[in-house]
Amino acid sequence: MLMRRLFLGAITVWIVSVIIFAGVEVLPGDACTAFLEREAQGKLLENCREAQGLNRSAAERYFDWASGALRGDLGVSANGQKSISELVGNRLRNSLLLAVCALAVGVPTAIFLGVVTGLRRDKPVDLVFSTTAVFAMTIPEFVSATVLILVFSVWLGWLPGIVLTSAGAPVSEFFPEIVLPVIVLGMVMTAHILRMVRSSVIEVMVGDYVQMAILKGVPYWHIVFRHALPNALLPAINVVALTIAWLLGGVVVIEVVFNYPGLGRMMIDAISDRDLPVVQAIALIVATVYVGVNLTADLMTMVLNPRLRTHALRGS
Amino acid sequence: MSALIDIRDISVGFVGRDGRTREVLRNIDLAVAPGECVGLVGESGSGKSTLALAAMGYLKRGLRLLNGSAAFNDTDMFARSRQELERIRGGQLALIPQNSGQSLTPTLRIGAQLREALRLHSALPADQHAAKVIELLGHVRLPDPEAIVARFPHELSGGQQQRVAIAMALAGEPEALLLDEPTTGLDVTTQAHILELLRDIAAERGMAMVYVSHNLGAIARVCTRVVVMYAGEIVLEGTTRHVLKSPTHPYAQGLLASIPKLDDTALPIALDGRPPAPGDAGAGCAFADRCALVQDRCRTTRPQLAPSEIGGTVRCFFAEEAGRQQGQTIGAAPVRYAGGGTMLDLDDLSISYAKPRLLDQLLGRGAAVPPTVDDISISIGKGETLGLVGESGSGKSTILKTIAGLLPPAGGTVTAGDRPLPRTVEHRDPGQLRQIQLIFQNPDDSLNPRHTVADILEQPLKLYFGLSGDKLRARSAEILERVRLGAHYLGRLPSQLSGGEKQRVAIARAFAAGPEIVLCDEVTSALDVSVQAAVLDLLNDLKKTQGTTYIFVSHDLAVVRALSDRVAVLYQGRLCEIGQTHQVFGGESHPYTKVLLGAVLEPDPDAAPTLAADDVVERAPPERGCPFQRRCPRRLGAICDTDAPPWQSPEAGHAIRCHISLEDLNAD
Repeated sequence: MLMRRLFLGAITVWIVSVIIFAGVEVLPGDACTAFLEREAQGKLLENCREAQGLNRSAAERYFDWASGALRGDLGVSANGQKSISELVGNRLRNSLLLAVCALAVGVPTAIFLGVVTGLRRDKPVDLVFSTTAVFAMTIPEFVSATVLILVFSVWLGWLPGIVLTSAGAPVSEFFPEIVLPVIVLGMVMTAHILRMVRSSVIEVMVGDYVQMAILKGVPYWHIVFRHALPNALLPAINVVALTIAWLLGGVVVIEVVFNYPGLGRMMIDAISDRDLPVVQAIALIVATVYVGVNLTADLMTMVLNPRLRTHALRGS
Repeated sequence: MSALIDIRDISVGFVGRDGRTREVLRNIDLAVAPGECVGLVGESGSGKSTLALAAMGYLKRGLRLLNGSAAFNDTDMFARSRQELERIRGGQLALIPQNSGQSLTPTLRIGAQLREALRLHSALPADQHAAKVIELLGHVRLPDPEAIVARFPHELSGGQQQRVAIAMALAGEPEALLLDEPTTGLDVTTQAHILELLRDIAAERGMAMVYVSHNLGAIARVCTRVVVMYAGEIVLEGTTRHVLKSPTHPYAQGLLASIPKLDDTALPIALDGRPPAPGDAGAGCAFADRCALVQDRCRTTRPQLAPSEIGGTVRCFFAEEAGRQQGQTIGAAPVRYAGGGTMLDLDDLSISYAKPRLLDQLLGRGAAVPPTVDDISISIGKGETLGLVGESGSGKSTILKTIAGLLPPAGGTVTAGDRPLPRTVEHRDPGQLRQIQLIFQNPDDSLNPRHTVADILEQPLKLYFGLSGDKLRARSAEILERVRLGAHYLGRLPSQLSGGEKQRVAIARAFAAGPEIVLCDEVTSALDVSVQAAVLDLLNDLKKTQGTTYIFVSHDLAVVRALSDRVAVLYQGRLCEIGQTHQVFGGESHPYTKVLLGAVLEPDPDAAPTLAADDVVERAPPERGCPFQRRCPRRLGAICDTDAPPWQSPEAGHAIRCHISLEDLNAD
């Protein structure tokens, strides 16, 4: 079962890599025409193609690229001639830092508030937080980001409004610049998870086994923690996983607004520079992260849900 | 002796969308003495479960206590503090829920759930809890308690889950047990075993029981006193013998007459109409609209619950007339098969759920496990009804799915008329699809909730007959009329129909295709008895007018008896016996048929089930020999394990597959 899932995950990443490669391939022009721009003709172009290995067949180049990627070598960028793995490494770390901070703030808050609103359904506390969550979900991130910058940075001057730290700086230098982006991301994320947890808690709390626990004389908080929550939080795992994948995939808008040197902004820069090898590499990384995180979530659900666990062991 | 449970003048209701308070329970008094066992009966919606839960001081979300009190040991449960309630519930007063599968917390092991009950309600020191859990599980006759402790609820069968729920209720050594339909949904054999267990436990511990059920057979077995509820009030109360043998309320009579009985060849009599919705009972008798004895007075004045001269307490102006009229109506005779050509032929059919593993596929080997269904050869005549019976897991529904083309057979053929049918629906032509229609157990699942009745009926009409416009409309209305629903139902959604009406729509959809063969998969199991009788009557009517061939699958032997010309008995996907209905239900039978028949509970206080075999759940059929070898009460010996039993025929058309000789089978 586990092997099967891993195998399917690997297949997915492989198919995605083919699609990315083919997508870039069918674009008019290649890395050299993009890099040389108007000088892309004659000897210069040929030399460049020679150096980049672009005169070989597409299949050969795909094989080179894919086997390089497997070894952690993503090739060199078209314009800076630098190793993409090095370039991306720092950016990935920065995106990871942003994601971890947002998760550390958002997930516990979301689960706590989701449980509270679910248990106090239709009471004032539920109405307040549920409505706020809807707002947090619907307001576009660049709006909330701008408002927060205006209030905390421009008016109050408590926090820096944009990130000036360079991509390769040590982690400690990102504080306190990272606080505002984390708040914006945390809000959206919390709202999504909160609503999921809330509806799940409500469903479980009116369920037969909770009623049975009440009629068995189990004290209220005991019912909540032992009987209801382990079941209610199972569906939340997948939402959290999706959120993690979304955060690691580079939250493009937020990174651009705050000038944050993460994967998302690197992607935008690479696209505008037509640096195709970098675009390819980032797309592949993001796809792998999505597959990996979802796989982990499915496995976690399987471990925590006895029903799925038995099925998995019987090897359906 | 003062009452243990004393419910006085209780009314429970909810506030409807129109702002009106609608009563679900109306001024109910109910007292249960220590050690007494009282049955609560009525159709769904009669308020019987609400009443039982109210005895624990518990109301479902949305319900409110409007009046009255529910005392346990002289103190009103609704006036007690949360701590007191937590102490009493599951302690002195325990509940056994309807669906134990859903009432056990899925993420907790059985042992943990039982230990929790002990920790909350038992005086035992903690270090003895584990041993006590094992003892409790053994007490409810669960095999291998040490292994069960470590299991999760979903790893147990329905009967085992129910036993765990009973063990959990016993953990607190209760003075009173409330049982909310504890055996509904279980196999006949399991049900009979659970009821015997409950009887034994109640007698041994002197526990009082309140037994809620729509199954009068179960009530007859367990209770000494019966309370009949209708539209949130008590209409009849008396000893079990009085209520079941000579009921003085027209509703109770109707309810009894609607139950199919094993020894009765006539169809049960349907109780027409439906109970009023909560709050709509009006000023008069709530049953007036469905009553044969109704007079003007019944519609204006609400009768009071009063002791009747001929026994019991009854809420009816005409209790004596009702008592006299008892048993005068006789059900319609079912249409019998008069012979005719073969309609459906199953030849050496075998079906397997096990998928061959990749390696086996490559080597061209079949799956290693024996097939789920094997060696089924049955020929069904045109216009004949074949009943398929057996416990859950016997392969009844699997066979229907294969005939319908939803599941490809592993071997053998299905022939309809004179043409062999392609294995699956994808390969069948429209004519073959039209020819065979399937009706499912639960109309809630088989009708699309977003389609109106018109949408549902028009689909087969458009698909098979290309009807459109006015013709389509007229034909839908006509078909609806045939299942005794008016054309005004066309615009309704399934959620606006009662359970019985939904099942009629499902039947109408099947008949809209003009089928020759209709496969009925437990079509009445989800319905109230009164509604079940109406559905059986309808199927019989359609058989009369359309000459339809039926295969009727049910675990209820009395229902099968009422409708079938022939009956086939299945165990673990293998045929044990097949014959005319009267041959299978009487005279010499396969030991398994005897076990099934013995476990049937009749609504008669004098009838006791005979429990010949344990209600073990087998996961897979044995590889060799007789499929029933592990549970057979009349096992001969090694021959049963090694050799497939031979078919023996005591009479023309009757065949039994057993090693025991016919004389010996008869001698039992």
